[in-house]
Order: sequence, then structure tokens, then C-alpha cells
Amino acid sequence: MAQAVEEMPLAPAAVAGSASTAQLSVIPLRGLPIVAAVLAFLVAAIAGNWLWALDFLHVAGGGLWTGIDLFVGLVVGPIIGRMSVPARVEFSSRFMPKMVLIMPTLVIITLASGLQLSRNLGDLAVPYPNHWWLVASFIVVGVMAVIALGLLEPANLSVLFELKKPRPNGQLIGKLMRRFVYTAGITGLMQIAILVIMTRIATW
Amino acid sequence: MVSDTSRALPPVTQTAVASMAFVIAGGIYLAAYLPHQPEVVLPSVLISVGAVLLLVAGSMLLRLRNFAWDRFFQVSGWALVAYLVIAGLIEFVLLVDQTRGPLLTLMTIVLTVFAIDIPIVLGFSVARYQELPSSSPI
Repeated sequence: MAQAVEEMPLAPAAVAGSASTAQLSVIPLRGLPIVAAVLAFLVAAIAGNWLWALDFLHVAGGGLWTGIDLFVGLVVGPIIGRMSVPARVEFSSRFMPKMVLIMPTLVIITLASGLQLSRNLGDLAVPYPNHWWLVASFIVVGVMAVIALGLLEPANLSVLFELKKPRPNGQLIGKLMRRFVYTAGITGLMQIAILVIMTRIATW
Repeated sequence: MVSDTSRALPPVTQTAVASMAFVIAGGIYLAAYLPHQPEVVLPSVLISVGAVLLLVAGSMLLRLRNFAWDRFFQVSGWALVAYLVIAGLIEFVLLVDQTRGPLLTLMTIVLTVFAIDIPIVLGFSVARYQELPSSSPI
């Protein structure tokens, strides 16, 4: 997939003329009330120890997080790499800002509800060797966090700000998009490990 | 106006990401012991190294002269708000679950370093590619 990105570097002239880049909003402000409502629901579920709500937030949030990561890393990423330059810019300028809001929200509702749920269900108190499954999930999530926050998200934001410039640097965008596609693919594969661990924990 | 892409900048991102990796490793060690109180020497060392690396990244950042500070603060400001909310929610879960003592102290430090590391990484990553009014040295 990175090969495809490499084959089609963004030409500055092609990028500069795009109408969508001029209107680009890095954070879609209209989405913030939805994020606030979801977080308020999360706080209420934790404070009230609502088992159904915690289960819902963990399963729905985790499912969406995993699904989106896999879909973007293994399906959308390679497709973007093979798109024409103007189509790639058009798609990225509309897609990336939404990801800036959606992914951190999904991550926090999954992690916070999961921690509380595991306390309520007694999963945290499970002795070894089964406890290793929990530790394995912490390690996979930790490594994913470092990759996503240290490499993927900076590349995502840098591309967005580059697209906002009157004459974006096509070479830089190409380099950052390669990093984005690689890291999205790696975190997508690590999500498969999370699926195995979580289904194992749910059925022990 | 000059593009910043060819300018040599100190390894702020790498240092802040290393800091993040150390505190996350310490946090994983602590979380592996929940709901019991863990042995705190190893996680304390990991978290201390992470905190020192954060200070190093911060000092390297503060020594930059010709830098797109407006863009840095724009990005890192939003990121700080977001990650303070995220860290605050995890701290809230720990408090609701009656986590106390050295475990709570260490987890609070982990979350604080984490919530400061990410805005630095994001802000620096974006600002380093912004155009500057002149091409004077760092």
C-alpha cells in the first residue's frame, strides 16, 4: 500500500487549486456538542456504575475503534494511495477533520468504560495465568497509543495544515501520507490482537 | 517567507514520544497490579525517566527562536484541552474506584505527563512545517 502512495506524489500545483483546501476546517466545531454529550453519558455511566451503559460504551466504542482502524488501515488507506492527486486531496480534506474528533472520543469511551467494567465484573481480580490476558491487552493498547499519538496523529494534523496553505508542499504531503498509511496499517493489525484478547477474556 | 521543511530542529518529537513510552510502560506495570497496590520501585523509575524526558523536550522547545509559535500554541492548545479531558476521565475512574496511596499518586503523574506530552508532539509536528517570516538560525 505504501508503494501506491510513493508512486503518486502530490504535485503542489495540483493541490493549490483545490477548492476544498481553502475551506478546510481542521476541527469540525459542529461535532463538539456530540462529543460533549457522549462524554457526559460516559461520566454518568461511570459515576452511577450502570452496568448496561458501561458494557454498551465499551463494546460499541471498542467495536467502532477496532473496525474503523482496520477499515482505514487496510481498505481506505490503500485506496487513497491509488487515487488521482485532486481526488486524494478532496477526500483527505473532508475525511481527516472528522477523524480528529471521532478517534480520540472512541478511544476514551472504550478505555474508561472498560476499566470500570473490568472492576465491576471482577475481571481485574482474576489470578494468573488468566491475568496475563489483561496484561497483554494493556501492552497492546500501550504500544498502539505510542504509535498512534506519536506518529499517526502528528502526520494526520501536519497534512491538514499543509493542505490549508496557498501552495502546499506536495513532496511533504506525500511523505506524511506514507507515514499515515503505514502506521494506520500497523495499528489496524494490532487491533486484530485486541479482538483475540477481548473475546478470550469475555469467554474465560 | 521561508518553508521550514529543510531546517534542522532539535529532536523534540522523538524525546516527547520516548517520554510517552516510558510513562505508558510505568502505567501498564501499575495497571497490571490493579486492584491491588503494586511494588512501586520499577514504575517509579520508568515514570521518573518519562518526566525527565518531558522536561528535556520542553527545554529544547523553549530554546527555539525562529519558530511558528502561533501555530504551535493553536494546535497544542486544542490538544491540551482534549487530552486534559481524556486524562481527567481516567483519573475520575480511578477516584470512583477508591484508588488511593502511591498507586493514585503515580497514576496521576502518568496521566499528567501523558496529557502534556501529546500537545507538545502535535504542536511541534505541525509548527515545524509552517512558513516563517525570515530564515534566521534557530
